Amino acid sequence: MEHYNMNLTLKVWRQKNQSDRGQFETYKVSNISSEMSFLEMFDVLNEELIQEGKDPIAFDHDCREGICGMCSMYIDGKPHGPWQENTTCQLHMRAFKDGDTITVEPWRANAFPVLKDLVTDRTAFDRIIQAGGFISVNTGNAVDANALPIEKAKADDAFAAAACIGCGACVAACKNSSALLFVGAKVAHLGLLPQGEPERKERVLNMVAQMDKEGFGACTSTGACEATCPKGISISNINRLNKEYLVASLVSEK
Amino acid sequence: MDARIPAGPLDDKWTDYKGHCKLVNPANKRKLEVIIIGTGLAGASAAASLGELGYKVKAFCFQDSPRRAHSIAAQGGINAAKNYQNDGDSVFRLFYDTIKGGDYRAREANVHRLAEVSANIIDQCVAQGVPFAREYGGLLSNRSFGGTQVQRTFYAAGQTGQQLLIGAYQALERQVALGNVKMYSRHEMLEVVIIDGKTRGIIARNLVTGELERHFGHAVLLCSGGYGNVFYLSTNAMGSNVTAAWKAHKAGAYFGNPCFTQIHPTCIPVSGDHQSKLTLMSESLRNDGRIWVPKKQGDNRRPNEIPEEERDYYLERRYPAFGNLVPRDVASRAAKERCDAGYGVGSSKQAVYLDYAAAIERYGKIEAGKQGNDNVGKDEIIKMGKEVVKEKYGNLFDMYEKITGENPYEVPMRIYPAVHYTMGGLWVDYELMTTVPGLYALGEANFSDHGANRLGASALMQGLADGYFVIPYTIGNYLADEIRTAPIPTSHPAFEAAEKSVSDRLNTLMNIKGKQTVESLHKRLGKIMWDKCGMARNKQGLEEAIKEIQQLKKEFWSDVKIPGGINELNPELDKAGRVADFIELGELMCKDALEREESCGGHFREESQSEDGEALRHDDRFMYVAAWEYKGDHNWQLHKEELVYDVVKPSTRSYK
Repeated sequence: MEHYNMNLTLKVWRQKNQSDRGQFETYKVSNISSEMSFLEMFDVLNEELIQEGKDPIAFDHDCREGICGMCSMYIDGKPHGPWQENTTCQLHMRAFKDGDTITVEPWRANAFPVLKDLVTDRTAFDRIIQAGGFISVNTGNAVDANALPIEKAKADDAFAAAACIGCGACVAACKNSSALLFVGAKVAHLGLLPQGEPERKERVLNMVAQMDKEGFGACTSTGACEATCPKGISISNINRLNKEYLVASLVSEK
Repeated sequence: MDARIPAGPLDDKWTDYKGHCKLVNPANKRKLEVIIIGTGLAGASAAASLGELGYKVKAFCFQDSPRRAHSIAAQGGINAAKNYQNDGDSVFRLFYDTIKGGDYRAREANVHRLAEVSANIIDQCVAQGVPFAREYGGLLSNRSFGGTQVQRTFYAAGQTGQQLLIGAYQALERQVALGNVKMYSRHEMLEVVIIDGKTRGIIARNLVTGELERHFGHAVLLCSGGYGNVFYLSTNAMGSNVTAAWKAHKAGAYFGNPCFTQIHPTCIPVSGDHQSKLTLMSESLRNDGRIWVPKKQGDNRRPNEIPEEERDYYLERRYPAFGNLVPRDVASRAAKERCDAGYGVGSSKQAVYLDYAAAIERYGKIEAGKQGNDNVGKDEIIKMGKEVVKEKYGNLFDMYEKITGENPYEVPMRIYPAVHYTMGGLWVDYELMTTVPGLYALGEANFSDHGANRLGASALMQGLADGYFVIPYTIGNYLADEIRTAPIPTSHPAFEAAEKSVSDRLNTLMNIKGKQTVESLHKRLGKIMWDKCGMARNKQGLEEAIKEIQQLKKEFWSDVKIPGGINELNPELDKAGRVADFIELGELMCKDALEREESCGGHFREESQSEDGEALRHDDRFMYVAAWEYKGDHNWQLHKEELVYDVVKPSTRSYK
């Protein structure tokens, strides 16, 4: 692969803490290799800022291989940047060219308050899982794993939904800050499996209730979530959720 | 060193132990508090299981959510002695393979227990809704992995770790909802509190506000993972660190076999100085991929231009019995040997090819055969073959393309070994307790099950075995004697002193106000470690490394530059504390590597090799676990736990 170096202008959201108003700051970076990852470009910038005695830019990141779901930059108006089915940490600088100006913001959603710069608080997702995103089976209760065959197609669909990394890009992309793709993926993952059947109705009702409580918006089916999801989680999971929710509301005895 | 291994025949030890260990009644469990550091497979499974049992659990992780822990990145699979494939697997075979794979430096009793509970893990995970790969009949699918000749690896595409961790995370969140576990994310443990010789709590720092917090616990479980980031570049997550384990070590817990590091053979090579981490390509790729270099040194032709007869499939040549599926340590050293000898490929010449062309053709032919059509053209065969490969390894191929910009369906992947896992860790006895009463270590944080080399798909197995099936029994045996201990108020002088020492250290770090960034010092440490305590080690290099690390430590503590303040979200300060601990650990690793004048598993001493370059063990002198006791700055005392093999007869590992 041919590689090249570039000079870039970065407009980055800086915010001292949750109560600070925040503003954009402009930075120049030079000699950025096209082989770098986007976060490595931030590493370079931060090293320069530290050397200049300035506060480096805080951003969330951990595995840097696209699976932990921690990285979360809103790049040029798109969560995780310009590539399809990709996380910020796997975005590489060959997506940009010399002279580009890149704007970087945190996830914007009421339910994800900014803690500092590009770091947001996404514990709302954990609380949604607490509301029902599990199968109640204590350690030691399990029967033999092959005692219950599962249709391959269903298992594959459950896996596709379970591939969600909980990054919150769907919320950041949605004009209503809806978390329905995240919730739908979990409802589908567990609802598709026979093990998840006993709690199916309660699960969807409780998870949706918690989602509303956290302040996520309503879904208006624009599909921005699916278009931006780094793991390609399908919007059909939302259809499934709506169906399950409707059925559960009608038949629930609570 | 007393590992407190139960008496009796190997097969019966764990059953007997479970039948005789002390129990805690439910009413008393409610009064007992357990602190868990880390929420990866070991931590999350332990927190969920102990919460289910009724203990009061507090779990801590430094990430924003417990679901981020680095277990999530494990790709290939998890081993279990289910023998669903009817290919001769058994508890004994899994036990034997693990002991042999570990080059006879692991404890028989621990490994046998691991093999015994392996089958329960798969059952438990399936019950939780972990979507493992399945066959068309609806039953679970298996694949092969390095170092074994049976198919016992369960998997979920190339995201097995993610699916297992999500399962454990959901079980953990369920306990949070039930009020049995209290979760502290964005918190880092910075000190262990010991009162009258027993572990009684921790000091943790809230990483958002910078506040120090005191937490009491009747027991503390360290599930904080491995320390591969001592090398700066590794496949670990950026935040993975040794700090929790190191604080425990300095508080009295012995460190076992620190030099045993696993260098994984199939990672994406370094592309430049900017590199912040290395990415693993799952070992499962070696099932179907063939590894080769050109037969000619410095061959600059494109891989597709090099004809078959001018390629050296060196693993198949050297190890015909296991071929591309030799254990990791063997595969890594073989790659290094070829590159050092001038046969490396790519611009850096520090890479070998992992080629899928043959697999694509083979699978394509099988597909064509299924259609009963003998007249399928080559292009069509390749097309069908690519579909099969995509189904099996699609996400790994996509990841490779994102990072390198090259299409691995067309061009062979370039790979090179990288630091991946640390077999060493806190020394623990059979009950997973460290040398400090009430302080436990689980998963990669302990040293116990993998000896000098871990087999693929065994880390997930061990993490979950420790958390789901071992600690729920062994902790009861300790806590049964603690039911009369009322929670100690955190105003106790020991808590006060521990908090003060943490706070003093943070202030010292911030007040250095030097010129070198944390990152630059970490990179220098990494380079020393990789060059002198990496894939091959020798006496002279290790002695130099120790001096260089001691010098680096001085520089760090006199010249590090940390921006910002203590009472705010300050990732540079967090990192500084971790790098300071890595520096001290690095010195101990070199010391341990120097002491061990033999080659075994991942530890290769150049002075100790056979005529054909294979590792040469010295069982007469080194058949022990090196357990290091911290005695003060640059000062450790070595204790030896002799390894006794009652069942397996140690032999020279051969994969030829």
